[in-house]
Amino acid sequence: MPSLPHPFRRLSFWGCLGLALLLAGCHAFPQNTLDPSTDFGWQTHKLFTDILWWEVGIFVLVEGALVLALLRFTRKRKGAGEPEQVHGNTGIEVAWTLAPALILVFIGVPTVMTIFRTQAPPPKDSLKIEVIGHQWWWEFRYPEYGIVTANEVHVQRGRPVHFEMTSADIIHSFWIPRLGGKRDVIPTRTNHLWMTPEKLGVIPGQCAEFCGTSHANMRLHAVVNTPVDFAAWVRAEQDTLPPPKDDSLAVQGAALFVNPAKLCTTCHTINGVSNGVVGPNLTHVGSRRYIAAGLLANTPDNLAKWISNPPGVKPGALMPVVGVTPDEARALAAYLTSRK
Amino acid sequence: MTSVAVPAPHVAAAAHAKTGLWSWITTVDHKRIGILYFVTAFIFFLAGGIEATMMRIQLAAPNATFVDARTFNALFTMHGTTMVFLALMPLSAAFFNFVVPLQLGARDVAFPRLNAFSYWVFLLGGLFLNSSWLFKAAPDTGWFGYANLTSKTFSPGHAVDFWMLGLQILGIASLAAAFNFIVTILNLRAPGMTFMRMPIFCWMTLVTSFLIILAFPVITVALVLLMFDRFTGTSFFVPAGGGDPVLWQHLFWIFGHPEVYILILPAMGIVSEVLPTFSRKPLFGYPFVVYSGLFIGILGFGVWSHHMFSVGLGPIADSVFAITTMLIAIPTGVKIFNWIATLWGGHIRPTTAFHFAVGFIAMFILGGLSGIEHASPPADLQQTDTYFVVAHFHYVLFGGTILGIFAGIYYWFPKVTGRLLSEGLGKIHFWLTMLGFNLTFFPMHLLGLWGMPRRIYTYDKGLGFDTLNLVCTIGAFVLVISTLVFIVNMLKSIRGGKPSGPDPWDARTIEWSIPSPPPEYNFAEIPTIEHRDDLWERKRSGKGPYPQPANAHVHMPNPSYWPLVTAIGILLFFIGLMLSIYLAIFGFVFTAFGIYRWAFEPAG
Repeated sequence: MPSLPHPFRRLSFWGCLGLALLLAGCHAFPQNTLDPSTDFGWQTHKLFTDILWWEVGIFVLVEGALVLALLRFTRKRKGAGEPEQVHGNTGIEVAWTLAPALILVFIGVPTVMTIFRTQAPPPKDSLKIEVIGHQWWWEFRYPEYGIVTANEVHVQRGRPVHFEMTSADIIHSFWIPRLGGKRDVIPTRTNHLWMTPEKLGVIPGQCAEFCGTSHANMRLHAVVNTPVDFAAWVRAEQDTLPPPKDDSLAVQGAALFVNPAKLCTTCHTINGVSNGVVGPNLTHVGSRRYIAAGLLANTPDNLAKWISNPPGVKPGALMPVVGVTPDEARALAAYLTSRK
Repeated sequence: MTSVAVPAPHVAAAAHAKTGLWSWITTVDHKRIGILYFVTAFIFFLAGGIEATMMRIQLAAPNATFVDARTFNALFTMHGTTMVFLALMPLSAAFFNFVVPLQLGARDVAFPRLNAFSYWVFLLGGLFLNSSWLFKAAPDTGWFGYANLTSKTFSPGHAVDFWMLGLQILGIASLAAAFNFIVTILNLRAPGMTFMRMPIFCWMTLVTSFLIILAFPVITVALVLLMFDRFTGTSFFVPAGGGDPVLWQHLFWIFGHPEVYILILPAMGIVSEVLPTFSRKPLFGYPFVVYSGLFIGILGFGVWSHHMFSVGLGPIADSVFAITTMLIAIPTGVKIFNWIATLWGGHIRPTTAFHFAVGFIAMFILGGLSGIEHASPPADLQQTDTYFVVAHFHYVLFGGTILGIFAGIYYWFPKVTGRLLSEGLGKIHFWLTMLGFNLTFFPMHLLGLWGMPRRIYTYDKGLGFDTLNLVCTIGAFVLVISTLVFIVNMLKSIRGGKPSGPDPWDARTIEWSIPSPPPEYNFAEIPTIEHRDDLWERKRSGKGPYPQPANAHVHMPNPSYWPLVTAIGILLFFIGLMLSIYLAIFGFVFTAFGIYRWAFEPAG
């Protein structure tokens, strides 16, 4: 039996590659790196595809040569004499040393150019957002607007956004694939990433550097708004909401929130109510799409479930089981849901 | 060819116990130690495979609950650590041990008792690391153990201790073995075997051994600093105390990247032996294959930061490491081209060993090509820490190293046992492996590009990861089946396989001139080497077999249990570091005692 590489492998390579390109842009893959939605994303994507085509060419040539050698020189019958004992050929060696070196020039030069372009200082009018990684959630601060929020980062289409990143505990990695590449979030260091979002929508991402038990549950979303919607969001976030009045459950929840026995205010800030800085700022938690760092849709039931037993939802979660009854959990959920 | 078969000469070797457990415990015979390495490493390989299979079951469907988050994190940590330090490296060491002295025309390695010591330290280190499962303290911070997750604050308990101490123990084994093989290769070559007549496998062993002695001290330093951080409260890697977690990454990868070549170069050496034998042609461009191996080894120390392109080291560092990394493609390409040229014009006999060697080339090309994507930092910013990288390095370390090791097993099994592995089962094993391997790992390229990060114990519905993850898991089960076929083949063939005789492949290098299995002293008379493929040339020159003495006295070293005693002392020392300083002191004294008795033991 002649030794051919498995035929399905090459088929699957082309098949899957074609499939991947076809599906790029399809919403079935919301974290697809092949479907960039920023200028930065397009630059890395172009480099990726350019290199990919070189690789496809090399792959076909080299695997082709291998297959050809096997087809031609596999011995069909025994005892047909000895092959010529060829030891080598310096000319050929020089040629196939120089050929890859030449190809590397075509890969290396655009690589270095893209490195310097994408790591240039961000434009002056960028929207600066401070990103702080925590086990296992994301804090976002907008110094320009005095906004502090978590896990859902709002940006504006067409305006460069500059993420300035650090960590409160250990190393994480900030990654929203369709915005472009990732960047590690490292304690004691400040890292930068900037890009200009081009498409509207809610784009998911997640932590890309292993950061302990619930690394898989450290998710986030970017919301790309129109300038008008972004301005409205900023105004809403800057607003300090009055305490709830009409909804009796929410009123009850507001009282529980400040009850020292429930510990909420130790860790959480609600502007005008508390100053905790260990956990996410909850001033407008009711307006967010997800809770628990992208794990659960933001519904009163899910909030109650989360408040009752955070480590049950997110293994290892640092928010403890504070000991609330189901009724208390529902009241707290109603209060938090009212914090739009 | 059969004329070269050697009748057992009349040789007066020292009379040692030849069978029984004690003879294995006290053995200093490189061939027996090679077998011990192989069996132990293969069992660890199965353990790593079981860990991988459990991960694949968990990831077969979104939001699965087969294992919990902490268990999954322990599984991928132990899978990586096991495969690198307890399976692939020692499987290579098994070949170094068994094959290198035979290829050199030596009676044993330079330091037979040090060789036994390396094995025992490796065994005890591996058992120590895996004993963490019993105490529910399996390491769970990744095989790369990034600071400052490994600090006492974020990883209390003993999980990280098991990992950091286990790796230090294993490092001792690797360093001792590497020094041993360097001295062996430099000093014990048969008369006439110049460096450029030395079999490629010996060359790659030499390069690998130098990489080990240069790379392992770096990780040892890093582990000792981590040990200080955890045991004595220093802050080398702890930001709260002014330390720098990125320093760990630099140290780890200054070791970690050469480690990749430590894993792949031996397999490249094996393939460079198997392809010429079954093409019945010399290796094409032998000096270029040697030089590119050297070049890869040297360049391997200048590329570490390509594991850190997302760290934010700045455009200059990123550019420099991108270019050095791309340069490695050149010598790697040269090797691949020379292998294909070796086949070209040959008379190929497609044995199972040959199948695996060709599988190595075919899969390694893909692993190398996807590596070029990572070499480009902007592209790598999307790929790093995703399943694309998992796909890439499995094409290198499974498609490369493991297929290469299987080629070596099918090739040298007859030399070890005197019997051939079944070719029928071998071909089934090969095709199942290729099918399972590509089914498991090819889809991971796409999963990574579609945005699936590594090291996640679960993923949500709606991200498009479901189908391909299921495909990967099915592939993993095909690999399980293929491994079972291989085990059956080994167990059947070891007793009932076709007797091989000394030279079943009409091979080229001198290990095939002596009986299978070789006598304890290997060569009754050390052959004089006149050519690169000396046995091949000799078989065709009409000179007849290598001369055999009618009556030779072969002086062999005595068996010794002091290497094992010393190894136990080292284990006690490291356990003591974790549990009690008194045990550590006892272990230290015990080790010193072992070395003392070892040093003054009559060598026989």
